[in-house]
Amino acid sequence: MQILANILIDGISYGMVLFIISVGLSITLGLMRFINLAHGAFAMTGGYLAAWLVRTQSWGYAVGVAAAVLLTAALGAVLEAVVLRRLYRRSELDQVLFTIGLAFVFVAATNLAFGPQVQLIPLPPWLAGSVDLGMRTLPMQRVLVIAMGAAVALLCGLVVARSRFGVWLRAAVDNKHAAAALGINIRLVSGLTFAAGCGLAALGGVLGAELMPLEPYYALKYLVLVLVVVAVGGMGSIAGTLAAALLLGVIETASKYLASEYGSLFFFVAMILVLSARPQGLLRRAA
Amino acid sequence: MRKLISGAIAAAAVFCAAQAQAATIKVGVIGPFSGPFAHYGKLYKDSVEAYLSSQGGKFGGHEVQVLYRDNGGPNPSGTRALAQELIVKDKVDYLGGFVFTPNAMSVAPLITQSKTPTVIFNAATSDITEKSPYFIRTSYTLWQVTVPAARWAHKQGKRKMVTAVTDYAPGVDAETAFKAEFAKLGGTVVESIRMPISTTDFAPFVQRIKASGAQGVYVFLPGGPPNLGFVKAYNENGLRAAGIDFLGSAETDEFDLQKFGDAALGLTTAFHYSAAHESEANRKFVEALRGQSKDAVANYASVGAWDGMAVIQKMVESTGGKRDGAAAIAAARKLSWESPRGPVSIDPATRHVTQNVYLRKVERSGGQLVNREVENFGPQPDFGLRK
Repeated sequence: MQILANILIDGISYGMVLFIISVGLSITLGLMRFINLAHGAFAMTGGYLAAWLVRTQSWGYAVGVAAAVLLTAALGAVLEAVVLRRLYRRSELDQVLFTIGLAFVFVAATNLAFGPQVQLIPLPPWLAGSVDLGMRTLPMQRVLVIAMGAAVALLCGLVVARSRFGVWLRAAVDNKHAAAALGINIRLVSGLTFAAGCGLAALGGVLGAELMPLEPYYALKYLVLVLVVVAVGGMGSIAGTLAAALLLGVIETASKYLASEYGSLFFFVAMILVLSARPQGLLRRAA
Repeated sequence: MRKLISGAIAAAAVFCAAQAQAATIKVGVIGPFSGPFAHYGKLYKDSVEAYLSSQGGKFGGHEVQVLYRDNGGPNPSGTRALAQELIVKDKVDYLGGFVFTPNAMSVAPLITQSKTPTVIFNAATSDITEKSPYFIRTSYTLWQVTVPAARWAHKQGKRKMVTAVTDYAPGVDAETAFKAEFAKLGGTVVESIRMPISTTDFAPFVQRIKASGAQGVYVFLPGGPPNLGFVKAYNENGLRAAGIDFLGSAETDEFDLQKFGDAALGLTTAFHYSAAHESEANRKFVEALRGQSKDAVANYASVGAWDGMAVIQKMVESTGGKRDGAAAIAAARKLSWESPRGPVSIDPATRHVTQNVYLRKVERSGGQLVNREVENFGPQPDFGLRK
């Protein structure tokens, strides 16, 4: 009983970290139809910016994190406007090659600027402790991650499904010409969406830094994990990404409690099973 | 005219004689200088260059030339090819370096055939030195530091311990060494947890340690991110508060130590080197590194390289700079000297370094975190090779 509860608690908090990092990619990949393998690089940029602002510039945690997210979103917007939008009309292979190359540039630049050491984002006192759940303790940081994950899921879902911007976005993706003819500013919509995706990646990089420590190879190291979550969840589906992240997080955690000698085997077996039953992902209808 | 010619010939003869007397000694250093493990390459290079400058660039009057080769990480076949090129084409007299065990293993047949003395600066699996009579190791092995750790835990009154190791060769070495020694003393290892190498979330393992009812945990993790992740999970899930002691080896390595912050305070490790070691030799070592590069780090890898160069120097001196691998190794087997880590010697039987192992505790000193040596276990052999 105790073990089951532990698996659920740790699994959900791990799943939420996966979700926050993956949701931005799910949006750029599924809603914008743009293959962005540099997503991990943006998460890393956000994390490094936060570490730099909070640790070396002594900014407050909340302000530093918010600034890091906004700066990464701005960087994403600039890159999108200057370079990436030229790739929308190119083949998928071109997109893959360019963005993986971009990730390598980020890796090299980070290594040069900050060195190979791991970067830590110092937590403020209110986040550094743990809460006592009675039967066990849970780090405060994990509580924040779970709360933020739920908030991000809710907010993204509302924006895409209910807001005017969401309508524009879906229209722009489904039929660019018709949407443009209706007076929707396609350039602005795709630019903003990409920037939002980068901002979410940055938030994931910061909040997930406890699990996926910031180091120069971050951009490539955790990419597979993020891609698995997006694929299992179904590209573009926010609820799907959440469900996949929680499912995979719980499975991975359960295997650590019960059968750690098998490594990440069960994680990938779950991926294969889900994708063979639902190639489109958990919560995405077949196109 | 004739005078000029004869003068030139005489000068040339003198020059040639000088050349023959002071042949340049070539040392090939193989390590990762690019990729995710490039920091090891930098640690090696800073340390090797610092040692050379401390000797005025000469060993026994012979000019020393170091050729650095990048194997990019765990890469046995690539390492073998680099070593072959160094031996055959560049005609190196000595080889050094090697971070990972499989890389060191891969060059064993080559160095045996060419009789090239090869000094291992880091790779820490016990049986490497058995693979070739030309291997000498100046680093450490998991057996060497783990056996004293188990004895210390027992002496502290611990009877129930857990081991938690990363699931690959050195981790398994650490687990076996701890269990064997602890059981011999009458203690029980109540659970042996092997953590997959790709693990990023340590909370589940830490919960298992807590549930096991042990009085302490012996940990082995590879350097870098996993160390930080595990220590955070250890603190935040209340193991420290529950009185489950942390005992490790290289987990609080100087390379990442400052990044831990207060989370590391009080962590205990049994290890052969601390940058805070109080001795003249260590002060000189740290100063020489500073002079070489302002971001150089004094840790187990750089001290392994520093002492590796010291061994090569002794081999050059004992052979008068001539290429004689067998004589060089014979001389090295008898070596003992004062290293930055304390007095050390080469075990004649195993060609592995015998050295003090210390119990270290993380403390804050002048705003910086340091591994304070609180107990000296004295000279330790490699228990893995002397079973």
